[in-house]
Amino acid sequence: MNFLSLFVFIPLAMIVLLGCCRSRTQLRAVMVAGSGALVALAATLTVLFLDARAAGDTAPMLFRADTVWYEALNIHYSVGVDGISVAMLLLSSIIVFTGTFASWRMETLAKEYFMWFCLLSVGVFGFFISLDLFTMFMFYEIALIPMYLLIGVWGSGRKEYSAMKLTLMLMGGSALLLLGILGIYFGAGGETMNLLDIARLHIPVEWQRVFFPLTFVGFGVLGALFPFHTWSPDGHASAPTAVSMLHAGVLMKLGGYGCFRVAVFLMPEAAAEQAWFFLILTATGVVYGALSAVVQKDLKYINAYSSVSHCSLVLFAILMLNTTAMTGAVLQMLSHGLMTALFFALIGMIYGRTHTRSIDQMGGLMRIMPFLAVAYVIAGLANLGLPGLSGFVAEMTVFVGSFARADLFHRIVTVAACTSIVITAVYILRVVGRLLYGKVLDPAHQKLTDATWDERLAVVVLIAAIAGLGLAPLWVSDMVREGILPIVQHLTANLL
Amino acid sequence: MEYTLIIILLPLAMFLLLGLAGGRLAPRTAGLLGTAAMAAATAAAYTAAWEYFTQPRTGGVFPAVVPFDTVWLRFTQTLHIDLGILLDPISVMMLVVITTVSLMVHIYSFGYMKGERGFQRYYAFLALFSASMLGLVVAPNIFQMYIFWELVGVSSYLLIGFYYTKPAAVAASKKAFIVTRFADLGFLLGILTLSYWTGSFGFDVLCDPQAPAVASAAGRTFLGGSVLAWGLALCFVGGAGKSAMFPLHIWLPDAMEGPTPVSALIHAATMVVAGVFLVARLFPLYAAYAPGVLTGIACVGAFTALYAAAVATVQTDIKRVLAFSTISQIGFMMAGLGVSGMGGHAGTGYVGAMFHLFTHAMFKALLFLCAGAIIHTVHSNEMGAMGGLWRRLPLTHAAFLVACLAIAGIPFFSGFFSKDEILAACFAYSPAMGWFMSGVAALTAFYMFRLYYNIFWGRPAANLAEMHEAPAAMTVPLVILASITCVAGFIPFGEFVSSDGLPYRIVLDGGVAATSVVLALAGIGLATWFYADGRQRIPDGLAAALPRLHRAAANRFYIDNAWLFVTRRIIFDRVSAPLAWFDRHAIDGALDALARGAQGLSFVIRKFQSGNVQEYALVFLLGVLVITALAVFI
Repeated sequence: MNFLSLFVFIPLAMIVLLGCCRSRTQLRAVMVAGSGALVALAATLTVLFLDARAAGDTAPMLFRADTVWYEALNIHYSVGVDGISVAMLLLSSIIVFTGTFASWRMETLAKEYFMWFCLLSVGVFGFFISLDLFTMFMFYEIALIPMYLLIGVWGSGRKEYSAMKLTLMLMGGSALLLLGILGIYFGAGGETMNLLDIARLHIPVEWQRVFFPLTFVGFGVLGALFPFHTWSPDGHASAPTAVSMLHAGVLMKLGGYGCFRVAVFLMPEAAAEQAWFFLILTATGVVYGALSAVVQKDLKYINAYSSVSHCSLVLFAILMLNTTAMTGAVLQMLSHGLMTALFFALIGMIYGRTHTRSIDQMGGLMRIMPFLAVAYVIAGLANLGLPGLSGFVAEMTVFVGSFARADLFHRIVTVAACTSIVITAVYILRVVGRLLYGKVLDPAHQKLTDATWDERLAVVVLIAAIAGLGLAPLWVSDMVREGILPIVQHLTANLL
Repeated sequence: MEYTLIIILLPLAMFLLLGLAGGRLAPRTAGLLGTAAMAAATAAAYTAAWEYFTQPRTGGVFPAVVPFDTVWLRFTQTLHIDLGILLDPISVMMLVVITTVSLMVHIYSFGYMKGERGFQRYYAFLALFSASMLGLVVAPNIFQMYIFWELVGVSSYLLIGFYYTKPAAVAASKKAFIVTRFADLGFLLGILTLSYWTGSFGFDVLCDPQAPAVASAAGRTFLGGSVLAWGLALCFVGGAGKSAMFPLHIWLPDAMEGPTPVSALIHAATMVVAGVFLVARLFPLYAAYAPGVLTGIACVGAFTALYAAAVATVQTDIKRVLAFSTISQIGFMMAGLGVSGMGGHAGTGYVGAMFHLFTHAMFKALLFLCAGAIIHTVHSNEMGAMGGLWRRLPLTHAAFLVACLAIAGIPFFSGFFSKDEILAACFAYSPAMGWFMSGVAALTAFYMFRLYYNIFWGRPAANLAEMHEAPAAMTVPLVILASITCVAGFIPFGEFVSSDGLPYRIVLDGGVAATSVVLALAGIGLATWFYADGRQRIPDGLAAALPRLHRAAANRFYIDNAWLFVTRRIIFDRVSAPLAWFDRHAIDGALDALARGAQGLSFVIRKFQSGNVQEYALVFLLGVLVITALAVFI
């Protein structure tokens, strides 16, 4: 068995073991062991991958394995990774690991909660290692379904409404996606579902024109493509902490990843033709999300709109169709994944203490819970793109890449997207000023305590990852760029 | 000269140490550690300056040295962000300025911040600021400059908001960050433009008008200007934000909410001159390809100088007077750069601006530290609570007087020499400019001595007897800075720093010097007449005679209100709030409506599946009848 498949089997084994658990301690033990193993696996993979590349292995995908699964439709279980998938696997494992600690004190139906949580991870990891369109789609769906239950059962507020809305919208996206995948399959002659093989064949341009937008929008719904982003604020607001983390941190990245791995990579001509339209949508999303965040009062809404803005930047960068911008898109996925996870973790921890998420009802938390407050400031600074933290690296790569498209249209959308760095500063500092600084608003808050050890662990791991990416971005950026290069070469080869 | 790396790494390490473990250290230990690290960095900077300026010149200029350079982030094979150190005359000069003032502030804070909650945090932020500012000036490429530019911005934010339970401090820190961020957007776009057209971030290319990449980019035009001019103009917007040029100056007076030593370090001596440094750094390009932009810089600088000086004459908070004075003086530096040309005598403005940056950093830091010593004992920033202080604070008084004489431009104090260079360059540029700036210089002398008289002379303060001189930790830096202010003017500055690097002999222009001295004395005389006796009859009479002007000046000519109107009323209320509403009700509403529509439709369709056999039979029968009828009649 190929060792990449461990990414799928570890969470599956965790589900089985969780089912056998009889106490909370056992649940915790399984979760820590399993998610720790995933982090170790991802780290090992990174090392092996970099070693293989350094040794001169230039194959587009490494560690490949292929098993026929359903002969009639040429569906294979086919796995392999390039620099981009390695980066995403690393991100996912960190989020799953920290998410475990963020739900350390889960009270209600903890066993079932963790089982669904692991099933979601199966989908996420499976998606990132798959090279077969159908298998990829299957894992995508596996990742989406548990979300409904996780929000509907363990959520808060209008949880049924939010869960239903999120699921319906994402399922709508999946429907488009399924059409798109079928279009790609038959457009390429109906002989293979393998991404790399399809890329070698040529899908007729007329087919591409129809199926590119379907695929792009289908993935885009999950990547918060304007105007299909409205599931995000409600969904995040109602989801339990670790689910918000996993959802914004990893699941939304499935959208961005799919957009270039499937939509842009396989249908380059249509991508180039229609990019202008989606660029307008995504640039709008960047500015619109940021401006909407400025006036929100609920911490999770602020962060959800901020995510809309940042994830739109991912799609925006992908559509610039050059190496630098697309590298920036992947870096932005990593960076956004880490910092949003941190944000949602902190919001959950604050909410768990104050039982409110409204910034009008809190204030002066810096004095009461300094650890959480300082971490919140760091998350905020990462979000507004402070150098030394991950956001800066990602945004600058995107902007430099986008600026390489020198015509007036691309200039205008780029400048529009750049304005988000100012608006982001406005909403971040507004929250920090109200929530953490100033006087303590509610006297009842005086008695609250600072973070517990499990919370501290989750927060410290995430901050370390954010700072690591921000301080020494070169190796990640180079690894990702090597993954992007063949995609862009494929693009330019087809466009000439 | 690899050891210059520790000038930046020492404060950075101290930030990490004090930031992570500060809570476990005694405040005294934390302060001592921070100060010791800064002292070591200062020593290294002085050594570097000595070594740099004693090396042999090649071709008449001190060669640039790059002791350290490493790729930090790669975009393409040719375009990458490096982190490194570039030593050339202006960066070495800045190293000296920053480490000196920073060390003084580190020592001074020992006394000033004693017993404050968060003492360790304060020293951590000071170290972060120092490291960032030092990294900014030694940047060998424009992107590194931008990186540290943002970092000084955030350290400034953290230090202005140091008293985070005070709403005014929180608001001020937010305002400072957002206003400068807004300007930084311009800087970023400028960097992107320049780097796109020249294919490089490095100053080795960007400061060389003859470089092929630069020369070919100069031919490209956009909307009537060359792309280089556009890029440089955008970069200046960033510089104008950091250096508080009109109309982006609004954050600086509010920034006075921070602890006073911080105002001395960040908002008087170092960070606020980053914009001047940026223009000076790119000066060869400005001079070669963007003379129009330089003219604009000169106008912005000159207007800012006048505007801020006018506002300073009516402020009553001593730190605000100094803040506006800083804005005005930076206006002088910008104007000096704006009127300057390249090389030799034409480059007088450049030399003057850099010299003034140097001398101003010393005497303005001194003024702020004196103000701190005063506030420390008076417990108020308001002039109304002061008066007659010279008797109780003789040392502070002497130091303050030295700084006032320097900023007013009285001969043999440092400010005289540097300001004279700028004025000479302005007169050479155009007599109108020269007279305008001379007038502002006179106004400077007037408002500084208004401040001086109101603090140290005039009507004695109510609790004068309780006031006392500050502890030694605070007075020693005052003495050192005052000594520097007395002698700095005699440094042959043009030998070290000039627009083209060739030694330039500063010659005092007799006419200009005489004019400016006469005007300065006139300003001081007027201030003496108005304020020395403490009764303030004339100024009160003037304020009563010109109520509108007085009110407008006291309210900073309503510029802050204009900005507030734009942000609150327009962006918040007219853009963001409707947009958020639109999102919840229009976009999301449409999707909800879609869902409800689907639900409604399913209710209708559901009726067909009622499970009621009689109903089915009825429909079946009706169907048969309809078909039969159709068959019969057609």
